[in-house]
Parts: sequence; structure tokens; C-alpha cells
Amino acid sequence: MESRASLSAKSELSAHDEVEFLSFVLGEEHYALDIMSVKEIRGYEPVTKIANAPSFIKGVLNLRGDIVPIVDLRMKFNVGTVTYDEFTIVIMLNVCDRIVGIVVDAVSDVIKLSSEAILPAPEFGAAFDSRYLKGLATVEEKMIILVNIQALISSDELGLIDTNSLSDQE
Amino acid sequence: MSINMAEFHQVFFEESHEHLENMEQLLIALDIQSPDPEELNTIFRAAHSIKGGSGIFGFTALTSVTHVMENLLDKIRKGTFELSSGIIDLLLKTVDTLSHILSLYRQEAPIDWQQVEFAKNQLVAALNGESFSAVSPKDLSTPVIQAITTNSNQLEEARTNQAPEEDMGFGFFEEDVELSLAVENQDFGFFDEAYTAKEIGIDSLSQTNVRPEPISTAADDNDLGFGFFESLTPDSIDSELDAIVQVQTGKTPPAADSTTAQTNHVSASKLPQFTGKNTEKVKAEASVPVNPIQPLMQEPATATKPIHLQTVAKKSTATSQDATLRVETSKIDTLVNLAGELVITQSMLTLIGNELTGELGERLKAALMELERNTREMQEAVMSVRMLPVSFVFNRFHRLVRDLSEQLGKNVNLVIEGGNTEIDKGMIEKLVDPLTHLVRNSLDHGIEKPEVRQSLGKPEVAELSLRASQRGGSIVIAVHDDGAGLDREKILQKARENNMPVADNISDKQIWQLIFTAGFSTAKEITDVSGRGVGMDVVRKNIEALGGRIDIDSVAGQGATFEIQLPLTLAIVDGMSVSVGNQIYILPLVHIIESIQPQPEQLKFLSQERLIRVREEYLPLLNLYQLMEIEAKAKRPEEGIVVLLESNNKRFGLCVDALVGQQQVVIKSLEKHYRRIPGVSGATIMGDGSVALILDVESLSQQIKN
Repeated sequence: MESRASLSAKSELSAHDEVEFLSFVLGEEHYALDIMSVKEIRGYEPVTKIANAPSFIKGVLNLRGDIVPIVDLRMKFNVGTVTYDEFTIVIMLNVCDRIVGIVVDAVSDVIKLSSEAILPAPEFGAAFDSRYLKGLATVEEKMIILVNIQALISSDELGLIDTNSLSDQE
Repeated sequence: MSINMAEFHQVFFEESHEHLENMEQLLIALDIQSPDPEELNTIFRAAHSIKGGSGIFGFTALTSVTHVMENLLDKIRKGTFELSSGIIDLLLKTVDTLSHILSLYRQEAPIDWQQVEFAKNQLVAALNGESFSAVSPKDLSTPVIQAITTNSNQLEEARTNQAPEEDMGFGFFEEDVELSLAVENQDFGFFDEAYTAKEIGIDSLSQTNVRPEPISTAADDNDLGFGFFESLTPDSIDSELDAIVQVQTGKTPPAADSTTAQTNHVSASKLPQFTGKNTEKVKAEASVPVNPIQPLMQEPATATKPIHLQTVAKKSTATSQDATLRVETSKIDTLVNLAGELVITQSMLTLIGNELTGELGERLKAALMELERNTREMQEAVMSVRMLPVSFVFNRFHRLVRDLSEQLGKNVNLVIEGGNTEIDKGMIEKLVDPLTHLVRNSLDHGIEKPEVRQSLGKPEVAELSLRASQRGGSIVIAVHDDGAGLDREKILQKARENNMPVADNISDKQIWQLIFTAGFSTAKEITDVSGRGVGMDVVRKNIEALGGRIDIDSVAGQGATFEIQLPLTLAIVDGMSVSVGNQIYILPLVHIIESIQPQPEQLKFLSQERLIRVREEYLPLLNLYQLMEIEAKAKRPEEGIVVLLESNNKRFGLCVDALVGQQQVVIKSLEKHYRRIPGVSGATIMGDGSVALILDVESLSQQIKN
């Protein structure tokens, strides 16, 4: 489990226009999300299934007294092979005052990117809507897709948040 | 029904106190050039809530001042009154006055009506665009002081505690009058248990009023007292005071002489008055004073022990008088959560303990039994801290309804049902405002005058009812009146006037929702009671903040019902755990009639629907594995267990694989991190740490119709 305190301490040392991202793997592709939204990283545990939910919502689990939904991004975006074993990773996110866990193939690294290093994302095909992208970056010859995790988690597409409660708030 | 008003007063005082604090902070932070409309709304609502609450309890001094204040705020909010720093000062001073009146009511001291009238007149003057004495202190010059002097005679009486020889020039400022009152009133502000040292640090303006008090305490004991100024020695205090005086000498010449003269012979008795004045002056100097004062205020409280201890001592006496302890809800939440975790850990231990055999196992089991009882008792105790019968809120309304109906010339009978329904204390506190608004609205708009009722052939005495009940996974509180109902045409017309997009074929339900828009009111005249269009938007905001929702049902000529549904975020349920496939579900025990192992001959079909025959009665059957979309071990009812359930007078059977056991479970919200799931009212954490869903029997019963 990564310690968030030490990570944020590091980010304070870095130049102010640099942002730290946590990179992870889905299938063959490398993705990254803003490290400040990461609560913790843990192994996959069996979840409690939920009725009337899309298949990529695996269910809910108990995170120290909080009932937290788990989303399998591999299923959502049709990448990678969906297996659950001791190496399957769940990234617990803290987004929009909610805790959500996402299942990914692997967590790779913490990368620092300056704003210049982030290129605008081209229009993608169907798999990953560009609404949920921050941009692209190249690290060690690898293309890394930067995910706007906040937009993704709060989107209707995942259906994690009651659309009623959202529209009422607006 | 005996009603102890005192406990409700206490709640009102605490709430109003919070509102005032909130108002003060917002006013101070307000950007005069381009005020945030939401902040203005919040300030307005705070004033409105105080007015509403004080109306209930007959604290007319508060009601009358807040009413005028509200008028002014309303104009500012609507942009028809221009905001200036002078207005902000006036409003802040009104807040001070209100908190003073509040403290007088709190101590059951006689109300200073002159002060009330004065505050009101100032506001009215401001409203009419006339000058008022609370002009920005910067502009204070000799002519103004003289002008105010004419007011001084009537104010003089208010300054009972002020020694006559004390500088006349300064006593005539409204601020100073308040100050002397503040000194009179020993508990004012600073030693209020609601203030923490930190809050005082933040409360930049109120603290200036409050400062004299600690120093007057200090006057009894010089060493301790001067500790308030951190490590200042008496000598350095002198120089500090000199410095303050010098800063302001330049700007207010008339006062300067007398003040400097006083500096030379500061006596312990005069100190409070004197220092207080200086702080006022510092405040008067510019907008900067907030900053220099803050460090002074915050550090002594923590750094100098003697004064800190004094403060604590005073605080504790104040607390014991109230015999209640105000604790942050978050602390109680933590306790509740921890108690829940403890129950889980305990049941884990029991599972392990059962595997142990022999003498050691027996001893362990005995100890575990003890642990179980203790944890359960502890959990119950912790829970009971939060749960209160809803009558706590309801009973407040006897007075409100009586007074208001008298005032409005209406004849109303208040009916209260389900007062024993227990709800979370946090919710009770937050329910007061919305319920007050709803009841006032019903009385003012809904219920007709007796002569109108007579002509309509309705009983002359109208009925207003407050009902609470637990329904499925929620608490339902309904405010019902048998009045005229909502006026569809009037609301539509108003909506069009306000340029709201309204379709022509809009349904009733949608129309009723319109009244929750901010600033929407169909009342032709703004009365003391309602009609400003704040009520309903506050109501909805408050209810939604509790995770609930509000529905309106209205029949023209027959009355309206406002139904508030609140989730059971924090409640324990006695549940039966049942298994389907490899999952566990909890059925609330209250809904369970019995469980049976069905015989094949009991099972019948009615077209597509399965029925079970139990004692000459045919009941519909539902399969939990189908509802929850999982694989069951028992595909056919006769292989498993049928639990007979009842909800809303509907009975049905639910097929499950097996019964697991009966236990109390802590309801956890699913909506906190996820969303509402049909058929599920919440979740709980089982002994092994896994999550089990709690079924909502009521919404399951609705499946049957389909």
C-alpha cells in the first residue's frame, strides 16, 4: 500500500507546475490519473454483488466501515483479460467526496509531468470518450493516457451516482 | 400533553447563536462591489430562521428587529438597495444587538426595549435612505458626534453601569452603548460555552465587543489578567495602550484628550471600559484591525496558562447549568462507527471461540458471552445518544400554531401522530427549520378563514396534522392541512411572471415542484408569517442536505400534504439474515410474519404468477434470486425456505435458500459512495467483514403488482 503522505510530501518538493500521476495498466495500454485522488491501493477481494447494475460494477465492499462500490475498468473499456487473482489491483479513489474502487491490471509508477509535457488528446474511437481524458504524455517511449478521473467517476456512463441527486444539486 | 418549553428554548438559543455567527462571518467576508448572491441568500435565510424561531417562542424583541433586518436584506438581495460599507457595519451592529437580546432572553433578563427600538429605527432609517449613526467609523468627525449627541439622552439610561465621569464624547456612539451593556452582561459572548478560543480568534468583530469582559475578570488579579496580552508586562501594556491611543489620536481629536488622560492613570476598575474603547477605536481606524488583533487573541489563549484555566473554569460552570453537553455530531458519528466495528470484531471472536474445545474453550466462551453483552449495551448506549423521539420537534408547534392562528384569525386544531418515532438527533435539529416553514405556510396560505370554510361547507375548525412514521427504509414525516390546497393557476401564472420555462401540459406534480424555486411566492402581500418566497427553497435545501426528499400532494379545496422522506442513515435494525447462493441478505424482522418450508401441494400458479397457499390464503411468491440477479442453490421454492412478509398491508412470500440467523445490524448508507439500489434500503457489515444488503420489503412488495 502506497503511503499518500510521503507522496504528497514529494509533490511539494517538485516544481510547482508539475503534477504527479499514478500510472496503471489496462490491457496493453498505459493510463495515468492524478495522484491526489488516490486514497489507497489494495488487492482485489470478493465483493457483494448488486442487482440491476451493469456488469462492470462488480459490487460493494467494506472499506473500514464504508460501503464502497468497485468498478472494473477493464470490463468497462473492453481491454485486458478479466481475471481475478492475487495480482489483481484495486485503486481506491477519493473523488467528489465519495470513495470508489477501480479494478486495473497493474499499477506501474508515479510519474511527474509538467503541463508542457501533456499533449491534447485526439478524438478517440468509441472505447474511451475524450470527455474523460486530460491528454497524452510520453514517458520512456511509452504513450500514457491521462484520465480525468473525476469526470469519469461522476459520469452518467458509469452510473455510480444517482442521476436524480446530481440534477437536483444543479 | 405537558410541554417543557425550556428545552426547546435551549435549542433555539443554540441555533440562533449559530445563525448569528454565520451571518457575522458572511457579512464580514462579503464583497461590497459584487456580493455573491448565494451568500446574500444565506444571510437572508439566517435572519429569516431567527425570525421564524423567535416567532414560535414569542421572543418579540428578536422578531421585530429581524423583520426589519430581513426587509433590508431582501432589498439588497434583489439588488434594489445598494450595499455600502456603512450598511455592512449597520448590519453587523444589528447582529451584535441581536446576540445581546438573545443572551438576555437566555438569562431570562428583562429586555432592553430601548436598544431594540434603537436598532429597529436605525434599520428603518437605512431602508428609507436616511442617515444612521452607524456610518462607517472612518467618517466620524465632530459634527457627526454632535448630531448623535442629541440621541444621547435616550441612550443614557441604557448605560447604567457606566460611570458618569467617563468620557462623554465617546459614550454616545452606539457601539459604546453596546459595549457597556456587554460589560454588564457577565457571560456575554466570550464565556459562552459555544465559543472556543479558536472561534473567538476568527470572529474578528465580535471579539472586539467581547474583549472587555476577560479583562474585567483580570482586573481582580492583575498578574493573571495581564497574561491575556500574552507575555506583556504591565509596563509594556502601558506602551501598548499608548501606541493604540496614538494611532487613533490623529483621527478623532475630540476623544483623544480624554483617552490619553486616562492612560496616565489606568486603574484596575477603569481598565475594562478603557481597553474596550481602545479596541473599538482600533476597529474604527481601518479595515486592518482584524489582523493585528487576531494574533493577540489567539496566542494568549493557548500560551498563557493562568487565563486559559480561568476561562475553562467559567466554561464548566456554564455547562453544568445547562446539564447538557454540546458535542460535535462528527464525534458521535465516530463513536457510533467504532461501536459498530466493535460488534463486528466481537462476532468474529465468537466464531473463532466456538472452534475451541476443552476447558480453555469453555472459559473463553464465558468471557466472550460477557464481551457480547457489554458490546451490545455499549452500542445501544451510543446509539441512544443520537436517537430522539420526533415529538421533540413536533411539540414545539403547539405554541406556533396557537399564536399564528390567533394572529391570522383562523381556527386551527393541531394533531400530532407518531411522536414516538425515533430519529437521529442530527436530523431533528435540521428538521426544525423546514417543518416550521411548512407549518407556517399551511397556516398562512393553506387554511382558509373560518367564514370561508363555512361557506364551503367545511368544518369551521381546520385541522393541521403532523405525522411521523417509519416506512420501509425511511422515516416519513407528513404535514397535512385540510385547507384550500395549492392553487395550480396561481403558481403557473407566477412562474410565467418569473420567466420560468413552463410547458402548457405540465402535470400537477411538476407544478408543485415549482414552489421550491428560490424567490417563488404566490402570496400577494408579504406578511410577518410568510410570502417572501424563501421558505420552500430553504425547506428543500435542508431536506436534501439530510439525504431526504419532499413530495407534495394537493387536492384543490381539500388540502395539501407535504411529505418528507428521510433515510435511516443511522439506525439499527433487527434483522433476519437469509442466504441466496453465496450471498447474505438481511430482512428487517418487523416485516416477517413467519418462515415455512413449503410443500409442493402448497404451490399454485395463477397465469404467470406463483402463489403459495398458507392457511386458506393465497399469497404471491417472489424469488429473491431473480430480484437480485444471482444464482440460487434452491431454484424451486420447495427446495428452499419461503419467508412470509408483510408491508403496507400486503402479504407475500419470498423464496430464499436458507435462514442463517437473527441479529441486530447497523444500517450503513449505500448512497454515500454509490447510489440507491431498487429493493435495497441499505447495507450492513457482517461478522466476517463482508457486506450484506438490507432488503427494503416495501419496495419488494411493489414488485408484485407488475
